[in-house]
Amino acid sequence: MSKVLLKVEGLKKYFPIRKGVLNKQVGYVKAVDDVSFEVFEGETLGIVGESGCGKSTTGRLLMRLLEPTEGKVEFAGQQISELSKDEMRKARRDIQMIFQDPYASLNPRHSIGKILEEPLIVHGMGSAKERKQKVLELLEIVGLNEYHINRYPHQFSGGQRQRIGIARALMTNPRLIIADEPVSALDVSIQSQVLNLLQELQKDLKLTYIFISHDLGVVRHISNRVGVMYLGKLVELTASEDLYAEPLHPYTQALLASVPVPDPTFEREQIIISGDIPSASNPPSGCAFHPRCPFKKEQCSQVVPKMQEVKPGHYVACHLYEATQH
Amino acid sequence: MRKKLLEIKGLETTFFTDNGQIPAVDNIEFSVHEGEILGIVGESGSGKSVTSLSIMGLIPSPPGKITGGEILLDGKNLAKYTDKQMQKVRGKDIAMIFQEPMTSLNPLFTIGDQLKEAISIHNPKWSKKEALARAVEIMKLVGLPRAEELLKDYPHQLSGGMRQRVMIAMALVCDPQVLIADEPTTALDVTIQAQILQLMKDLNKRLNTAVLLITHDLGVVAETCERVIVMYAGQIVEEAPVQEIFSNPKHPYTQGLIQSVPDMRHKKDSLYSIPGTVPKPGSIKVGCRFAARCEYAMERCLQETPPLFEATEQHRSRCFLLEEQGVEQRVESVIKS
Repeated sequence: MSKVLLKVEGLKKYFPIRKGVLNKQVGYVKAVDDVSFEVFEGETLGIVGESGCGKSTTGRLLMRLLEPTEGKVEFAGQQISELSKDEMRKARRDIQMIFQDPYASLNPRHSIGKILEEPLIVHGMGSAKERKQKVLELLEIVGLNEYHINRYPHQFSGGQRQRIGIARALMTNPRLIIADEPVSALDVSIQSQVLNLLQELQKDLKLTYIFISHDLGVVRHISNRVGVMYLGKLVELTASEDLYAEPLHPYTQALLASVPVPDPTFEREQIIISGDIPSASNPPSGCAFHPRCPFKKEQCSQVVPKMQEVKPGHYVACHLYEATQH
Repeated sequence: MRKKLLEIKGLETTFFTDNGQIPAVDNIEFSVHEGEILGIVGESGSGKSVTSLSIMGLIPSPPGKITGGEILLDGKNLAKYTDKQMQKVRGKDIAMIFQEPMTSLNPLFTIGDQLKEAISIHNPKWSKKEALARAVEIMKLVGLPRAEELLKDYPHQLSGGMRQRVMIAMALVCDPQVLIADEPTTALDVTIQAQILQLMKDLNKRLNTAVLLITHDLGVVAETCERVIVMYAGQIVEEAPVQEIFSNPKHPYTQGLIQSVPDMRHKKDSLYSIPGTVPKPGSIKVGCRFAARCEYAMERCLQETPPLFEATEQHRSRCFLLEEQGVEQRVESVIKS
């Protein structure tokens, strides 16, 4: 197996809830609660989950766009969580992010040339001429043209804007790209263009991706390994084929069974789980999924299940599989 | 064959803007049969939502206007109805649910107030007690627990899935013949989406309400619809029963669309992608609107506008390839107002 590029240990982010005139703290929203995983060099790790599960917060914590409450993030041997602001800015040269909304993440007052050059200026890379050269090079790589350089974001379609977002992320030759729902705002025919582009770039530039999405089909397509999150916790993590062929956690099973399949002849056993996702400010005790779980045992409402390796490379946090450990 | 409930003939909806006339929907023709679930799929800008708003008489005017065609419900032409006449139809004969349940409910009134309002507008003679009883009954029908207490709650107190159930309850409260659902599950998470789709299928069977389901998600279509209409740039490009559409799509756009969707069950090496982007409405005046992105485009595709060809009685496709295969052209009715 290849080298570990990013190692996350016990990552937590609690947002305080304040109330009243004195802004007294009355509780926490546990957006990310004790998440640990590793990302290997050259792979794509998918993170899936429904809204409010903490997948986007996790992405932001890794780049320290948000300060973690607790936990360690190690990138290429460097403790990211201990870096000063200045050092962190330098480290971001190697970790870049692609955002969901290509309309909101590009400055409408700047031309594409300026948007793309900005990361190089920030990191003090190259002379003016070299920077211009690099901008042109990347425009071509992501399938845009030289004459686009003086245009403004509003002159582009959604798919083209996402290409610009990708080009900007690639400007500093990063090693790791965190893509947060990069194709969710796009139409299907454009979505497939962008997914193919991401895969080609990964091959050509030897990139590592963390791909955050709610769309299980897209994640399956692009990821080598997939982690499933529920209410701030990672509940299952394994190779993508394993997860889709044999999901172990009851939540993953229900999630996979809920996705509509584009094939009317496909008959499947539908597990429709009842109820809604509980609030992260007041999560259920024990296993957060137990109120909706069809297999819950007594212990599930009391003890928080630990993440454990039940098969080689297949991690799951569920009491149902605890016996197999010993 | 089941009875036709709603018939759309040669519908044209145009937006008059400063930049000229934009034909958002161009000569659309289809019908909704009793008790069926008919899907309309298309990407953004295909005109699927404008079609549904036209049927409901909800096109903002100005700038929009129905410039041609007929919308026939039980033989009556809704396109000619005044606002006042439409008010009697909306909610009673045709009801609609929208994508975003939070913005479609009034935050200042309780769920009960809003449900009872819908009831009393269409049944002015009912007493308060009768209206309340009906509200409770319909809440139970859509699977909301503690119906009596929920009626006293405000929209913000409910979750997204519950709000969408309330919207469905409100739409069904006067027993409409046709329910138009515009992206009803797009804002919901997958596990909640599965619940709502199941509910819509159950209600369709139990109440025999015809459903016109508008969506961009081919998975949702495959799972819920009997027949499918595919729209592209304001036109219908293909119409067929759901099995046909997926097993034997005739139009290159439909084929491309189906192949572009990642399938969760097996991994493809690389996804098929349709080159280019959806044209701006009204930008293509002559020829097939898909020609610029089509891998089978011929010389004539750029010069002539393809009509709908009828491959079988239930399968229509707007593509010259079908003519090459010897398929007859369908006779289209053009109604100008």
